[in-house]
Amino acid sequence: MRENLHRFFRAARGAGVHVSPAESIDAMRAVAQVGLTDRTILRDALLLTLAKSQDEKLALGDCFDLFFSQPEPREERPEADNDDDASEDSDQLPSSGSASEAGGGQPAGGLGPLAQMLLSQDRNAISAAVASASGAASLSDIRYSTQRGIFSSRILDAMGLQRLRDDLDELATTNPSLAERLRGALDALREAVRDTVSQGLALYAREEAENLRNEILRNAPLARIERRQVAEMRALIRQIARRLRERYSKPRKRQRRGHLDVRRTLRRNAAWGGIPFLTAWKRKHRDRPKIVAICDVSGSVAQVSDFFLLLIHSLHEVVDDVHSFAFSSHLIGVSEILEKKSPEEAMAEIMSKVGFGSSDYGSSLVDFEKDFMSTLTPQTTVIVLGDARSNNLDPRADILRRVSERSKRLVWLNPEGRLAWGFGDSEMPRYATFCSVVRQCATAQQLERAVSDIVATYQ
Amino acid sequence: MAEQKASTSIEAVESGLAAQGYIASRQIATAVYLSQQIEKPILVEGPAGVGKTELAKAIAAWRGLKMIRLQCYEGLDEAKALYEWKYAKQLLYTQILKDKLGEVLGGAQTLHAALEQLHDFGDVFFSKEFVEPRPLLQALEQPGGCVLLIDEIDKSDAEFESLLLEILSDFQVTIPELGTVSAVTPPTVILTSNSERDLGDALKRRCLHLHIGFPEQRLEERIVESRVPNISQTLRRQMVGFIHEIRSLDLKKLPSVSETIDWARVLVLLQATELDTEIVRDTLNVLLKYEADIEAAHPQITTFIAKASRSNVFG
Repeated sequence: MRENLHRFFRAARGAGVHVSPAESIDAMRAVAQVGLTDRTILRDALLLTLAKSQDEKLALGDCFDLFFSQPEPREERPEADNDDDASEDSDQLPSSGSASEAGGGQPAGGLGPLAQMLLSQDRNAISAAVASASGAASLSDIRYSTQRGIFSSRILDAMGLQRLRDDLDELATTNPSLAERLRGALDALREAVRDTVSQGLALYAREEAENLRNEILRNAPLARIERRQVAEMRALIRQIARRLRERYSKPRKRQRRGHLDVRRTLRRNAAWGGIPFLTAWKRKHRDRPKIVAICDVSGSVAQVSDFFLLLIHSLHEVVDDVHSFAFSSHLIGVSEILEKKSPEEAMAEIMSKVGFGSSDYGSSLVDFEKDFMSTLTPQTTVIVLGDARSNNLDPRADILRRVSERSKRLVWLNPEGRLAWGFGDSEMPRYATFCSVVRQCATAQQLERAVSDIVATYQ
Repeated sequence: MAEQKASTSIEAVESGLAAQGYIASRQIATAVYLSQQIEKPILVEGPAGVGKTELAKAIAAWRGLKMIRLQCYEGLDEAKALYEWKYAKQLLYTQILKDKLGEVLGGAQTLHAALEQLHDFGDVFFSKEFVEPRPLLQALEQPGGCVLLIDEIDKSDAEFESLLLEILSDFQVTIPELGTVSAVTPPTVILTSNSERDLGDALKRRCLHLHIGFPEQRLEERIVESRVPNISQTLRRQMVGFIHEIRSLDLKKLPSVSETIDWARVLVLLQATELDTEIVRDTLNVLLKYEADIEAAHPQITTFIAKASRSNVFG
């Protein structure tokens, strides 16, 4: 049983429940107390010891149901293809409980154990054999769906498929009708094994598959992800935001005392004739990030801007305030829309207002200078996200210079690769001279690093 | 054998709590049983008013133990939760014992010798007599064990959690001047949380995690039956059904079990025999605590009563 519990812990980890060794020990102790006879109590006990939140409880409950559904013989499983045997089969089931009972009145002389088992139609014995064979084939190591075939054949081998084949060859000459039955039963067995392997895949491979998918997603170019992946990407961005929040929301208790403040020390100690009994120290000032985000939402960049805005606006605990602006041919403030509406709705509204135009960086910068220059303070980091392709219109780099002068830092995130900068209508080199940092930002991973760096400069 | 014992023991917990007027679900009973067997605290989460605190009281009453309660709030610290030195008493004693001190030190010739003698004298002023035990230390010192309720742990600061870790895992505290104080009998510890903030993983790891949600209709009826015995069966069914309908609304604060019980009492006081629109409208403020919620529920009252009565017929 210990073996089984260990496999369950692995399955639980696959389901996204963090099971530490200490927790698994607790669970073992709890199970030793309540025993295994009552499944609902076992379920409650495992849920109590392993899950640490309501979400985890739900996930673990599902995992438990899936995991322990194994030993029960399923009703629909097509064990017997011979229909006339079906009724007999169900009558037989309760009486033949043990696996060792073989034959059952069938002409079974000289057959291998697997053949005898299949012919005796003993469902319990068969599923027990499948379970133990999948243990022998270490089914819990399955990671990818492509491994299904190999695990199926391993399990069948462990059950003694070779012997069964020999039996079949022999029976084909001596007793063709029995051979026919056996072949049917073998097909059913294959199906059962395939089901078991699929279940194993669902249980043990989820974590791996999810990691792999996330890894791919993190490195996929944001601008070209498919529609069906958008929701997954949003979830990933939320994860990133959570990670950044956890990392930066609590300012590390670092020494805030700076150099000796000579002037204040002298003034404070004037009463003692300037002998410094009391010292005064300068304090290092740290402020939380203020961010002004200016995002291109035209054509190819829109998707990236979408995820970027989502990320920036979910950093409430870390960032003091965020002002967001979106533009293609002209510029509007979008903070309010983003705060009030769900990400999907907000993006739709922004797109309907300014999206889908051909981008004009020059006039958008003019809009910004005219209306929103006052949002910039010396503590502000300005982040511009765009490909700097201005359709050969005047780029107005002079405004960008003034923006840069008024703010703490000016960071330009460009979804295009470095190679493309400066070619065609790209004004990137011209803008780049006024930026503190210019970096490529095409994937979720690059986005995370960029935002992380920006926040880190304030720490 | 042992397994047989387990399920009967869990039933024993259930009936034991029921005798104290606390109708526990199977999960709650399992949690209480397990926490006794493997000596682990229970962390109870759930909305306000579903009987988290009540559970601790019921356990204490059932097992005949003293209940020690520590209400958490922002700014709660060691001195208020664990122990404190009785400074005034220390000062007073030094004053009274001044002469005695003089006698003791009288024989010493040099300052060094006096210091030596003082050392021999020991740390009298930092002994057990001068420690004022606060709830956590009190709980460890109970000879027969007790139920320690740490209420609304989510209201305390994150630092306070770390303070609890030693108590929760080893049932001991370390006082620098005295050493480690271990529990005479490990207390049954119940922590409650309204999930106002996420608790640390270290704390959660040391506890059994129990979530008490709103009870099922049958269970809630039994709770009302046990708490307000003189309510008629039809009215009980109707009102519980009605509350379950109300909980399906999108409200600021959903009515929980304590509100159900209050409402049952009110209905008995008003001598209602069955729900009608009039009486519900008059007493809705017992159930709902926000004006906006009451307004949201108002137009639905008639349909909800109809639904509750209908389910009554089939139920």
